[in-house]
Amino acid sequence: MIPFELHTPTTLDEALGLLAQYGDEARPIAGGTALVLLMEQHQGRPAHLVNLGRVAGLSGITTENGSLRIGAGTPHRLVEMNPAVKQGWSLLAETYARVATVRIRNVATVGGGLAHADPNQDPPPSYIALNARVQIASRQGTREVAMEDLFRDYYETQLQPGEVITEVVVPRPIASLRTAYLKFLPRTADDYPTVGVAVALDVQDGRCVAARIALNAVGPTVVRAREAENVLRGQMLNPDLLREAAATVPAITDPISDHRGSANYKSRMAEVFTRRALERALAA
Amino acid sequence: MRVRLKVNGEDRAIDVPDQRLLVDTVRYDLGLTGTKLGCGVGVCGLCTVLVDGKMVSSCLMLTALVDGATITTIEGLEHDGQLDPVQTAFLKYGGFQCGICTPGQIMAAHALLQENPHPSDAEIKDWMMGNLCRCTGYYKILESVQRAAAGDV
Repeated sequence: MIPFELHTPTTLDEALGLLAQYGDEARPIAGGTALVLLMEQHQGRPAHLVNLGRVAGLSGITTENGSLRIGAGTPHRLVEMNPAVKQGWSLLAETYARVATVRIRNVATVGGGLAHADPNQDPPPSYIALNARVQIASRQGTREVAMEDLFRDYYETQLQPGEVITEVVVPRPIASLRTAYLKFLPRTADDYPTVGVAVALDVQDGRCVAARIALNAVGPTVVRAREAENVLRGQMLNPDLLREAAATVPAITDPISDHRGSANYKSRMAEVFTRRALERALAA
Repeated sequence: MRVRLKVNGEDRAIDVPDQRLLVDTVRYDLGLTGTKLGCGVGVCGLCTVLVDGKMVSSCLMLTALVDGATITTIEGLEHDGQLDPVQTAFLKYGGFQCGICTPGQIMAAHALLQENPHPSDAEIKDWMMGNLCRCTGYYKILESVQRAAAGDV
């Protein structure tokens, strides 16, 4: 690994100051499971790493006014195991439990994963389905973006140099919300998905009042399947309608061919797994 | 930088470059070569060690990030000549063949039983799936963990 200088601030102000000072030369590091791998493979060579692992107040899970607040420094495993998350935001607990292995989930953090912006990751579609928001801080202040607006390209978010994710805020799902995250894994159980789909349907008396559907692994960023949502919204749900909604999904995919499947295969599986995710959400 | 660790019960202070990986610290700075380096990308499980009781891939961990932590390696499971029940079970029930993955398998199984002393078969498989073995076909590993959990060693 190419040498760098490690800074270990203990307050957010200090961390933001270091990131502002070193600008493009600096990267924040939390668990490091993604960044260390990139640096080992010489995909990134920051001269300065700002360790967020000792910054007070960045880690932890709370509920406030019905919303779930997950500190960016919280390891995946703690989200998966948290009783409040399991009870009120079970889609998130189930999704985090599907990420890689326990070894990785013990270390990888919520904010670090999001900032890494690998479009194959499991949590972003579920966050988008639940209408989550991301809190971002820098020396200039704080701002909030919708999860679906965070991602720009492969491994690229709208975070600017000097900015860090501090928190994810997830509204409490209403009682009539049906959710599912489905991950197609033809290789191994700890792999990234060939395609993954998260759905959240508000169903009242058999009618779909609202729908949010998002997919990973089918393009440069996680994508929201708005056309599929439009097909479902306001309609009485039946198997033909679910098929019709899923049939709109391949058009929004732009996958690459790799060892998890050809581009064409992934596009077609995106349709199949969207339909299955809708069916699973409604069966739950 | 100067890093302080409690390694298998012993306080250690070592000087490492900021980019030092924990697997290299364990093997070369501390001389504990029971921990193996396999894939180097966090997938195979050979380099599994416990950091403050939680299992991690030491090949993806910077030593500098775990300053002050308690590290447990395969060498730390034996106490006064007594092997950990998981180690005894792997010996008694043939939980290994060539042995290269075994330290990682045993650390993972030990961590599982610390957190969940009576796991179901499904929980064992789910927990251990990140520790690859190219010899055993996993049945003997699964049986060894089941036996250790049952106290049948």
